[in-house]
Amino acid sequence: MNILKLLDKLSDDKFFSTEASRLDTLTGISKFGKKAAIASIPLGLGALMTTPAKAAPFNGDNTFKNTLTDALQLALVLEYLENEYYAIGLSTAGLIPNADRTVFMQISKHESAHVTFLKNTLTSLGVTPGAKPTFDFTAGGNFMPFVDYNQFLVLAQAFEDTGVRAYKGQAGNVMSNKTVLQAALQIHSVEARHASQVRRMRANKGWIELSDGGNMPSATDPVYAGEGNTNQAGFNTATAFGAAAGSAAYDEILTGSEAQTIASLFIV
Amino acid sequence: MKKTINVSNQGATLDTGRRNFLKLSGVGLAMAGLTLIGCDDNEFDFMESSVFDLGKGDVGVLNYAYALEQLEADFYTKVVNNFYSGISNAEKQIFTDLYHHEVIHRDFFKAAISGATSNVLPTLEFQYPNVNFNDRNSVLATAKALEDTGVAAYNGAGKYITNSDYLVIAGKIVSVEARHASAIRNLINPGSAAFSGDDVIDANGLDLAKEPKDIVMAAGGFIKTPFTWKEQGIG
Repeated sequence: MNILKLLDKLSDDKFFSTEASRLDTLTGISKFGKKAAIASIPLGLGALMTTPAKAAPFNGDNTFKNTLTDALQLALVLEYLENEYYAIGLSTAGLIPNADRTVFMQISKHESAHVTFLKNTLTSLGVTPGAKPTFDFTAGGNFMPFVDYNQFLVLAQAFEDTGVRAYKGQAGNVMSNKTVLQAALQIHSVEARHASQVRRMRANKGWIELSDGGNMPSATDPVYAGEGNTNQAGFNTATAFGAAAGSAAYDEILTGSEAQTIASLFIV
Repeated sequence: MKKTINVSNQGATLDTGRRNFLKLSGVGLAMAGLTLIGCDDNEFDFMESSVFDLGKGDVGVLNYAYALEQLEADFYTKVVNNFYSGISNAEKQIFTDLYHHEVIHRDFFKAAISGATSNVLPTLEFQYPNVNFNDRNSVLATAKALEDTGVAAYNGAGKYITNSDYLVIAGKIVSVEARHASAIRNLINPGSAAFSGDDVIDANGLDLAKEPKDIVMAAGGFIKTPFTWKEQGIG
């Protein structure tokens, strides 16, 4: 089973968006064999379904579980990616300067722990964890992260900032299980600590102002798309101190399909 | 305190009336309480009616977040109005950014809660008995404690939020608090693993998550204005 293809099907924005008519949406749901659950969806839930983080709107236990474990499978792919990236970086002689090794050893330790933790969590939920994909960190020859330390830092920043946004985007999908939700939040903030540190090692601020990643190649633009948002639930965050501060005060989500698109660049 | 109130007016322009209302109603309740004491020595009832309760369900969680953001915003307001001597431009920039972010968070919660309920936490008063704002180490140590506490508070409170939109907003804020915590920790211990140190991240790679009652106990030394959150067993 291709995890990313599965996620694509389940987290496709159009599946829940207003672009699909209510009838189409219901038809789509019934394709997943949840006809019984449809009757329990109040009409007003159409609005909820268009929110960026899709809450699991059904009552059927299996649907809840799939939404939950699919979110964890996506997280596992991202952790596999980060874990392998830092492991290769640390084992490449002469790549990481001695002064920076402590930082990357700490980050690597956490990503490795996240892989183990997510696999154990999936197993405990009765689901087989997805296998590690084969990664190509050159993204088809576009990067040389294990030859050029600056590029190593660039991709590290991109992966960490992506991780923060991707976990956040799955919050609604895991909130049916309070234990999993809390653990996901606890991983999410660790990714943010990492992101801040790597950004600062690149002479950036630890936070993201506007949709500017900070001296990043255009190939990473999807990582920062939408980060310039200054409207939080109708509140204008730019009013007090301007758009840079207002946007930086909030990190934005990536949907499952957006995160998948970014990760896919590095998957063979 | 004056600085804080000025900034608050700047960010949330529409609800000065509401704050005045809260003040006035507080006075009214106190008067009623005094009357009660006068005719009946039931002091307990007086205390019950005059202390704000954060509320139930999502409103309680939002007021809880608002209390913490008020604290952080108040602290950084004091920091930027009296930078410690010898502060570098880089550190000035960081503290100015943190001040901006926390004031924006605070004013966001005020606006968001006001839009959902009349049960809006009033403006709290704070104290920093053990902080020397002229001393770099003291300011950084307090900032670190506040940011780590903020992260642990949001991580622990997420499970009490029932509305997924609120949950996502909390997620948007907590990662910025974690970015702050990382930067402050790195200022204290540059080049080390402290930015996500073993004192906060466990063997599973999980950050701290704390229950509201533990957070309020930890932050209680800073908070002068009493409040309760009975749903969480606080007060």
